[in-house]
Amino acid sequence: MSTEALIIAIVIFTLSTFLGVELIGRVPPTLHTPLMSGANAVSGITIVGALIIAAGDRGWISTYLGFVAIVFAMMNVAGGYAVTDRMLAMFKTKETEKKQ
Amino acid sequence: MPPWLTQLLYLVAAVLFIVGLKRLNTPATARRGNLISGAGMLVAIFVTLLDLGQVNYTVIIGGVVVGSALGLTAALSVQMTAMPQMVALLNGFGGGASMLVGAAEFLRLYQAGEEIATPTVTVMQLSLIIGAVTLSGSLIAFAKLQELMTGRPITYAGQQFVNGLLFLVLVGLAGWQVVTEVPLIGPFYGVVALALVLGVLLVMPIGGADMPVVISLLNSYSGVAAAMTGFVINNEVLIIAGALVGSAGVILSQLMCKAMNRSLANVLFGAFGAVVTAGKKSAEGLTVKSITAEDFAIQLAYAQKVIVVPGYGMAVAQAQHQARELADLIEKRGGAVKYAIHPVAGRMPGHMNVLLAEANVPYDKLYDMDEVNDEFADTDVCLVIGANDVVNPASRTDTSSPIYGMPILNADRARMCVVFKRSMAAGFAGVENELFYRDKTWMLFGDAKASLSKLISEVKQV
Repeated sequence: MSTEALIIAIVIFTLSTFLGVELIGRVPPTLHTPLMSGANAVSGITIVGALIIAAGDRGWISTYLGFVAIVFAMMNVAGGYAVTDRMLAMFKTKETEKKQ
Repeated sequence: MPPWLTQLLYLVAAVLFIVGLKRLNTPATARRGNLISGAGMLVAIFVTLLDLGQVNYTVIIGGVVVGSALGLTAALSVQMTAMPQMVALLNGFGGGASMLVGAAEFLRLYQAGEEIATPTVTVMQLSLIIGAVTLSGSLIAFAKLQELMTGRPITYAGQQFVNGLLFLVLVGLAGWQVVTEVPLIGPFYGVVALALVLGVLLVMPIGGADMPVVISLLNSYSGVAAAMTGFVINNEVLIIAGALVGSAGVILSQLMCKAMNRSLANVLFGAFGAVVTAGKKSAEGLTVKSITAEDFAIQLAYAQKVIVVPGYGMAVAQAQHQARELADLIEKRGGAVKYAIHPVAGRMPGHMNVLLAEANVPYDKLYDMDEVNDEFADTDVCLVIGANDVVNPASRTDTSSPIYGMPILNADRARMCVVFKRSMAAGFAGVENELFYRDKTWMLFGDAKASLSKLISEVKQV
């Protein structure tokens, strides 16, 4: 990684951090658990890294570790989104309940 | 696929994450928000595969199928009460994946005998350390909440010193790796091993009551670990998504600490709930009054204003459905029922909201502490179902109490307060509760679910 690439990456990281603060700042407590779980699913983005490591032509160690990394990351992604959706599906107001 | 197109599609994925998280802010749009964020994840995965081109699909498909199957099975079968440990577990695996990616990249360069540029080797150490701490820390959090080990803090003399020393050695090894010209295998193994141990040691002294804060913080770590992995393999979508999660987790942890009126440092290093401290006022010599379901049913049947204060005990007893049934019954008889939700009731922020939502309680009947706290004074009956520390008046007056200063629900100010409790054991924080000994408080001993069922049938007969 060149120094310029590093600086650009740091810029992106910093701005995204502030964006994250703004996004979460005013969430009602009702949604704290689904939000935590939903954010947790997003952190499964490391699947992208796992895929690159496992699939690229990088030797057998990368393939093996990459495979385990894919399994771990997919558990995080699939489990995280599914469990969040399950929780949010239960949130209803009186009106939506009547409609059903 | 041309590199510019890959970058552009990664940007699309990042935007979908941002829009998705934004929509998670309000109940009405939250479910769609989660789906949008999931769509972002799919875009990111497919773009990565297309960009890789001709690859070893056996490994990829095998890994994706196995991981998805395990994740989905767990997600669809887990009970709503076990949600905190579920999130902890999934989060741990995310951190583990980041650690593995960092490790694989290091080992590849080590085998090739290549010199690694200083920025790369630095972020590599960070992704290894943060990923490993997230993995082992989350597993301990899971074990504590699943009651595979004690939920109480595990402490010993010089604990902080040991942890500090371990951290310094860890930083030393990582620093050695950074300044050396060729990659070294010894410090690499040392960093991974010590980071795993550090994750365990950091979570051990934290009590079960504080676990939500820890899970949220570990969630933040797994985001940062993913971002560091993004630095290692030079991938923007990892950096953006990782940083979003990283800051979101910290903000959420702070919101929770604020609700308990404690600092993050106090939560992490305070070993809260280690000893059963009775505070200045000991419970000795005081007696509690108990009430039977039959007697209480009569009071409840004619109550006009009722507030339900749910806590972790309700979750354990799986009593949320009975609570709603009883509330429906009271409302049919003309009373008004509100649910008062303390920000840290249960073992996860909003844990009670999820459970009550599961029991089909509309979320507009759930009130935050600040909204409802002034209403207790003219409430006829307050039902405290499996809550303890969040209604302990000692936090207002007793400066020697460990929970002094934590904002509480004013259950003690209701005209009548009935506490559903299994026995007289102290709460999760290990603190004696003064509320139980007040004049206006009655205890309804037994399993919350059984007590509520009994009440339902009794109220029907009134």
